[in-house]
Amino acid sequence: MRIPEKLANLDRRYIFILIALTVIMPLLLPIGMPITETSEVKSVYDYIEELPPESTILIALDYDPAALAELDPMALALLRHAFAKKIKVVGMTLWVTGTTLGDITMRKAADGIAQEGEDYVYLGFVPGAANVIMRMGEDISAIFPKDYSGRPLEEIPMMNSIKNYKDIALVVDLAAGSTPEAWVVYAGTKYDQTIAVGCTAVSAVGYYPFLNSKQIIGLIGGMKGAAEYESMTGNRGTATAGMDSQSIAHIAIILLIIIANVSYFAMRKNGEENH
Amino acid sequence: MIVQFFVPHPPFTNMYNVLLDWTIIIGIFALVIGLSSLIKLHYTRIVRKTPDLPYSIVVFVGMVGMALVGLIRGVDEGTWFEWLFTNVQVPMQATMFSLLAFFIASAAYRAFRARTVDATLMLVTAVLIMFARVPIGRFLWEGIMPDSVVQWWANPPGDIADWLLNVPSMAARRAILLGVSLGAIATALKIILGIERSYMGAGE
Repeated sequence: MRIPEKLANLDRRYIFILIALTVIMPLLLPIGMPITETSEVKSVYDYIEELPPESTILIALDYDPAALAELDPMALALLRHAFAKKIKVVGMTLWVTGTTLGDITMRKAADGIAQEGEDYVYLGFVPGAANVIMRMGEDISAIFPKDYSGRPLEEIPMMNSIKNYKDIALVVDLAAGSTPEAWVVYAGTKYDQTIAVGCTAVSAVGYYPFLNSKQIIGLIGGMKGAAEYESMTGNRGTATAGMDSQSIAHIAIILLIIIANVSYFAMRKNGEENH
Repeated sequence: MIVQFFVPHPPFTNMYNVLLDWTIIIGIFALVIGLSSLIKLHYTRIVRKTPDLPYSIVVFVGMVGMALVGLIRGVDEGTWFEWLFTNVQVPMQATMFSLLAFFIASAAYRAFRARTVDATLMLVTAVLIMFARVPIGRFLWEGIMPDSVVQWWANPPGDIADWLLNVPSMAARRAILLGVSLGAIATALKIILGIERSYMGAGE
């Protein structure tokens, strides 16, 4: 078999090994490439940065462990930024499999810098997605009478001044699915709530229309977006560490595509010559 | 609810809140239906001794185990439920999703061929976006190009990718969203007016 044919029929396990190496090696031998800021992420950072202390933001942790690698660093960076600015955070989720994950993430971000009940509260999960969003627009305590640990909302000091979206300066939806559309439609349009979106890289493309029409104030897309936010807040975390791996893996895939096309054209030329 | 959108005052607000509460309660019953469907499916596989019987047993053990652990010992920090979630579910679910990276690389190697003009366009765009949306795009540009060129244009891969995402991609995505939304409005009107009754099993 000639080389172009061998390349065209390359065993996929060699590709798997290559991808594994390109991901693992930069984690062991970091390169430290600089992270470029984009305007869509900076607008979220600037909005939170300009909020006065004691403002409240709501972070919807609408993701499960499958999207952990991209969205958890985003959540940690946002939470730490809010806590550093003395901004109160209400956390909740519309994804049942992300309920415990949201609790773990909020406690991890708050460790040593924020107090539950005073600086943040995690409400947990209630099924209903759009219905939950709409109900929160009237009265949060009607849909979440207790927080995730079972404490009634009226016993939580910070919730005394938070009834509905009128008391929330920004909603940030960190989504593995299509929940941002529901937040934009029901919270943004009906209740005029300011919304920002954090999502997986593959979903980010779909939210540019909302960004362009200013229905969302910013968009944090994928691990790159999380790395940008970490860079802006000065809290370098797993997203920044993963950027080297992602960069090398992308280059490897690009080289594989180039090799595949070179072999394809070589085979086509050989086929034409044979005819 | 449509009336309440335009008249957000009592009694419509009160009716709106009641309707939302009812909808959420009905939604919770949907969880029960989902659970019973899952149990019925896997119970049938176990009774019929299908080749997938071991996996159905694992489903039952996992489901009942997590439910009992959560109900008996709670779901707070430091409980067995949290330990099982953090050390079993999180790594397994993250790993399943991570496998996609390998299959995407393999699929890209086999499928991204410049056979036609359209395929070439998609290939070039995909390569450009992959190159520009990670730090290495700018890193290589600044490393390879002379300083005068970098000062003239600091980040062409990023700028071109931004243009692609903010102009042609955004326009196409907006067109799709509008089309889907108009279709959803038309379908909703047909259901409300009783013209579309397939969801009730009509016509079978």
